[in-house]
Amino acid sequence: MTPLTFTLQSEPEERLDLSGLTPDRLAGMTSAEIGKLRVGTSRHPAAAGDVFKITGKDAENIVFAGGSGRFDFLGAEMTAGRIRVAGDVGARAGRRMAGGLLKIEGKAGLQAGSGMKNGRIDIDGDAGEGVGGPMAGEIHGMSGGLIVVRGKAGDRPGERMRRGIIALLKGCGDHAGLGMVAGTIVATGRVGRYPGHLMKRGSLLFDRRPAELSPTFIDCGRVEIGFPVLFDRYLMEEGILDRPLLGARPFRFGGDNAVLGKGEIMFARG
Amino acid sequence: MQELTRNGITIDDTFAEAFGMRATAIIITAPTLKWARQAAITMTGFATSVIGCGCEAAIDIDIPASKTPDRRPGCRVMIFAMGTDELQKQLKTRLGQCVLTSPGSACFAGLKGTASLDLGSSLRYFGDGWQVSKKFGGRHYWRVPVMDGEFLCEAKTGLTKEAVGGGNFLLLAADAGKALAAAERAVAAIEKVPGAIMPFPGGIVRSGSKVGGKYKGMMASTNDAYAPTLRGVVKSALGPEINAVLEVVIDGETNDAVAAAMRAGLKAVIDFGPRRGALRISAGNYGGKLGKFHYHLKDLLP
Repeated sequence: MTPLTFTLQSEPEERLDLSGLTPDRLAGMTSAEIGKLRVGTSRHPAAAGDVFKITGKDAENIVFAGGSGRFDFLGAEMTAGRIRVAGDVGARAGRRMAGGLLKIEGKAGLQAGSGMKNGRIDIDGDAGEGVGGPMAGEIHGMSGGLIVVRGKAGDRPGERMRRGIIALLKGCGDHAGLGMVAGTIVATGRVGRYPGHLMKRGSLLFDRRPAELSPTFIDCGRVEIGFPVLFDRYLMEEGILDRPLLGARPFRFGGDNAVLGKGEIMFARG
Repeated sequence: MQELTRNGITIDDTFAEAFGMRATAIIITAPTLKWARQAAITMTGFATSVIGCGCEAAIDIDIPASKTPDRRPGCRVMIFAMGTDELQKQLKTRLGQCVLTSPGSACFAGLKGTASLDLGSSLRYFGDGWQVSKKFGGRHYWRVPVMDGEFLCEAKTGLTKEAVGGGNFLLLAADAGKALAAAERAVAAIEKVPGAIMPFPGGIVRSGSKVGGKYKGMMASTNDAYAPTLRGVVKSALGPEINAVLEVVIDGETNDAVAAAMRAGLKAVIDFGPRRGALRISAGNYGGKLGKFHYHLKDLLP
């Protein structure tokens, strides 16, 4: 079966809420029914058929041909299947996603993977602020799953995350892992100011020493442990990195001792 | 009893009787194979028979560094018990006292089973709050800070209910030296069979037993029919040419693993020949009523 394809006809005139267009929600629907689904968010909201040309039948495998920074909540709460976006997306792609694969070939807006529970998000371009973080008023950010950003990520990636893995391959803005509860953030490239600020537990794994580290992180020296080797292998097997990140003897800092202090920042090069 | 011969060795037309058991497996790695094996040997000490030890355990196979999860040399250890609770208890105490303590060790699941047993999930408390949980690649690990770094341990391993314990054969020889030589050949061959272990010392038992005894409370006592010093005094199974008997006992992950191990062991003994090794091969059973699995020697010959 050919993938269910949404071809963007022209730049949308309003912000779109695409949370309805996921494999589990569209299973068993005809393209006529899908075309009537509301996606607009203004007083006279557009239907899916107004914005997209809809072709193909396989709802397990959805393609958006053409993206836009106005595509909000794309793949939100999806539980299975695959979505591929040939283009950019707006805010909160993969919000509270619980399974399946979301591949964004362009860049993502604010809070991609916010509150994510499981599954995998691949973003080929840059990602905005708050990757995998909480929305305003929420206690925790992502609680599972994997987010890979191949471009640069904005500030506060992994804010208050509890579990799961975020990999940022061209560095990120300030305060990576702000108030992190647990989980793992990998970053290669330049990391902004004060990574791990107020983190309780969790791991920040970098390829280099962060330029500005909070004074409440304490140097534990170089460590010789099995975890970095095992995790390097995982990153390479998943196709996230093509060479080891940490190696056998990374540097380790423990913190943030302003709070619980059971987190860690490890990096390969001094 | 109908007699069968192979390469001049008499094969009794009898069978080994074995029982259904629960089994689990783990992979222990270390900086060198020596230390991986050391942890494994320590962990599988005093684990010859469920009757007195609570479990039966031994190293299954060595695993080269290229095939272990953390790319260090390792070995696979199998543990057998009669029930899930006892297996869990034995696994936990042996892991905590023998593997956690061994320099540079790490421990991973060695079996995908229908049910799971705790590994790191029960040892993590040793970390006193500094233990770290990590989930990635569909697996869950615990990192416990210890004096030489960290003990890395997968949270759970699998449990199989398809395991079989008590596959065996008896090697009857002209003297003790020849019996031991034949048994050593068998053990060396069976060590190469994956999924099968021989829990007794070096894989060999010299004190085969029968069920019950004259003394109250003895569940098992000496197999007098195979004791050469009692030939003629009791109803002996030994002819005049036999002066020593050794037994090889096998536990396997599956029925097929036990059969494959017995086949490999019998072939090794038969190839070794009667002049240097065994004159006759037999097997231990309880009349066929106690154990679910029967391994007829005649079906397993080369």
